[in-house]
Formats: sequence, structure tokens, C-alpha cells
Amino acid sequence: MSEQRPDGITPSQTVGPYFKYGLTPNGEYAWNDAFSNNLVTPDVSGARIRVEGVVYDGDGVPVPDCMLEIWQADAQGRFSDPQDARALPNNSFKGFGRIGTDAKGGYAFDTIKPGQVADPDDKPQAPHIVLAVFARGMLLHLYTRIYFDDEEANATDPVLALVPADRRATLIAQRKAGATNPSYVLDVHLQGDNETVFFEV
Amino acid sequence: MTLLYPLQSLAAHPPRLSPAYRSTVKRAPSKPLIPMRHTLSELTGPVYGHETVRENDNDLTIQHKGEPLGERIIVHGHVLDEDGRGVPSALVELWQANACGRYIHVVDQHPAPLDPNFTGAGRVQTDASGYYRFITIKPGAYPWGNHHNAWRPAHIHFSVFGHSFISRLVTQMYFPGDPLFPFDPIFNSVTDERARARMISSFDLENTQPEWALCYRFNIVLRGRNATPMENKQ
Ligand SMILES: [Fe+3]
Repeated sequence: MSEQRPDGITPSQTVGPYFKYGLTPNGEYAWNDAFSNNLVTPDVSGARIRVEGVVYDGDGVPVPDCMLEIWQADAQGRFSDPQDARALPNNSFKGFGRIGTDAKGGYAFDTIKPGQVADPDDKPQAPHIVLAVFARGMLLHLYTRIYFDDEEANATDPVLALVPADRRATLIAQRKAGATNPSYVLDVHLQGDNETVFFEV
Repeated sequence: MTLLYPLQSLAAHPPRLSPAYRSTVKRAPSKPLIPMRHTLSELTGPVYGHETVRENDNDLTIQHKGEPLGERIIVHGHVLDEDGRGVPSALVELWQANACGRYIHVVDQHPAPLDPNFTGAGRVQTDASGYYRFITIKPGAYPWGNHHNAWRPAHIHFSVFGHSFISRLVTQMYFPGDPLFPFDPIFNSVTDERARARMISSFDLENTQPEWALCYRFNIVLRGRNATPMENKQ
């Protein structure tokens, strides 16, 4: 069946307040999760980390009905997607996670520290996780990145370099002292003085 | 060869700040987004999740002991990219209110009955050509308190994964001829009339099943990589 070339993409609409039972039931609803916030399987190689934080709106109020999705490379910098055709050994790491924020706006992902991925000029980017933010009151999701404060490569990362110096901190997760597995904290501010840097992609 | 996802396509989307939809006022960024080139991180995307799709997850009318109340419908369509290419093996997730306009979500306190035989969530994987099909119940309109006498037109929420993380789409499917269209700030947040029309399903008599269910067609168009190779250096 052949169809005409479409006259444009389907517009985005908000996930609304009621996505949880469909997209992130998390045991609270009788529906099976397609994805979770734990990306680690026993056979995955790489440093186990946790990334956590709170999502805030423009009044600094936590957002309890937000959905976060992450996408990242494995520890050697390879994506679990056939489009990543580079000759790097494959492993079982899938690299995608999803969570709905809790009543206090909190989120956490258990994952591994990603490796470095080159930019289109073959310049290495610092290790990072791509983050998409969805919520009631957001007609179109937002894209941002999670970097790590203990990576020297941040200083030469080509994407961080696009960001005014005084806003870079909004993208850099801070390592928490004391935890057994390294835990990094990054809050997301949808709007306001500490507004997270979002990218147009 | 790296292919380019044209940014102009994003013009179809609603502006993030759309004050008639009140919740956008405190949840839209106030600073301009920073443009960046697409790297592998943006151009790749999850190609799994399908292993959790069970055979009947696309039939929302058989998830419980009895049949849900309401008007049984078939919703089907083509997931394609903006260049007209079908998107095979795409994960399509949906969620919706029941026939009375009530979600099972605990936060939904609209005084309309829950249906013990209806969860209102489904998922399916598109076939090798990009087609999908659901069987469900036509959702009811519901009030939402955005303004006086605010009612959402009947809609089904869709979540779709395309080829890359930046072709991700969450949208809503509407039903043709809904009298609430002129009054809904979410529907009308899409300012271009032709783009709005792409969110409205069409009645499909050809695939309506006699003595059983009306059929609606809803094609979903994702961002695509046009055939122009991306210049490596801009
Ligand atoms: Fe809804």
C-alpha cells in the first residue's frame, strides 16, 4: 500500500498527568513495565553508578508528575543500536531507562558510567547521558545531558563548550561522598534562575 | 554517511509556552534552547523493549475477566517518517480514559465510574512495513479544571519510538468531528491547522468490522533523515 509523502510530522502533545499506569506502572498498577530505571544486568561490564535528583518547576516546586528517559552508551562508548556500526565489541547493556518522578519530584537511575563517544568531527565527547524530560504542562519534551563532575574530559567537551560558562553546572552531576557505588546528583530545573540548559536537537 | 534530521520539521510542534494551557507557564523554559549538532548520542536510539510486548497487549478489551463497557473500536495506522518511509519494529505504547472519561490513575478523581474490566493501557510493535493495530474502547471526554467548563476532547495518548532518540514522540490521537476542538487549549496549542489535522484520526469504513467494531485510522509521522548527506563540518 503506497501512501503520499506526509505533509509534516505529527505534532507533540503533553503526556498529561496520567501516564504512570501506562508508561511507568512500577508495580503500582496492573500493567507490565516495558522499561525501568535500572539499566544494570549482572553481566554488564563497567562502573556501577546511580544518578539521582529532583525535578523543579519555575516556582522551585518539585514536579511529581514528570517522566524522565535516558539514553547512553556502554562503558566503552558503544550504543546498543545497529546504527552504531563502529567495530567495538558488543555487550548486553541496553542503555535506555525510564522513570516517573515520585511524590517529592525525585528520580534515580541505576546504570553504568558511559564511555566516550566521538562527535561528528571525531572529537571525543566527555562521558554523558542524554536525558529527555516529559510532564504535564510540557507540550513537547525537553532534551538535556548529564555529565559527571569527576571527568577531566568535560574541559574539552564540544557540547559543553557551546554552553555559557555560568550555566554549565546545570549539566554536571555532582558525585556524592560516601556511597559504595558512586552516586551522582543532578537536579532538573524546568525554569527560573537555575534553569537547566536544554538543547535544540 | 551521517544523515540529517532537519530542524525545520520541529515547527509542527506546539510552542512550549502556551499560556492558554495554564500548566505550561511554570514548566516551559524561559531561556532559549542551545542548538547543537547531532552526535551519535542523539542519532541512535533504543531498539528494544519489544520483548516485553505480549501477544495480546494490543487488545485492551481482553485484559480482564469480562469485556469493558463502551464502544469497541479498532485503531490502526502506519508509523512512518516524514520522508514517507514506514518505520518497522517501532514500539507504540498507548494509554487512555475509559468510556466514561475516567483514568485508573489514582490522581484522577473525576466522578465518573471506573470499569473493573478496563485498564486503558496497551502496546504493540509495528510490523515490517510500519503498521500497527489496537482494539480498544472509545474513550470519553473528561473535565480538567484548566478554566471554567474545561473538557478534553476524547483522545488516546500515544508514545512512539523511531530510529533515534530525537525522533521520540509523545502525542494524542483525536476523533473526527469532536465538538470540543475549538475550546481545547492542548489541541489548539498546535498553531498550524494542517499540523493539528494530523492528530485527528479518520473514520475507516473499509476496515470497520460488520456487527463488531468501528475502525479509525491514525498515521503517525516521525522525524526522518532526509536523503541529503550531512556536511561533516558546518
Ligand atoms: Fe488524557
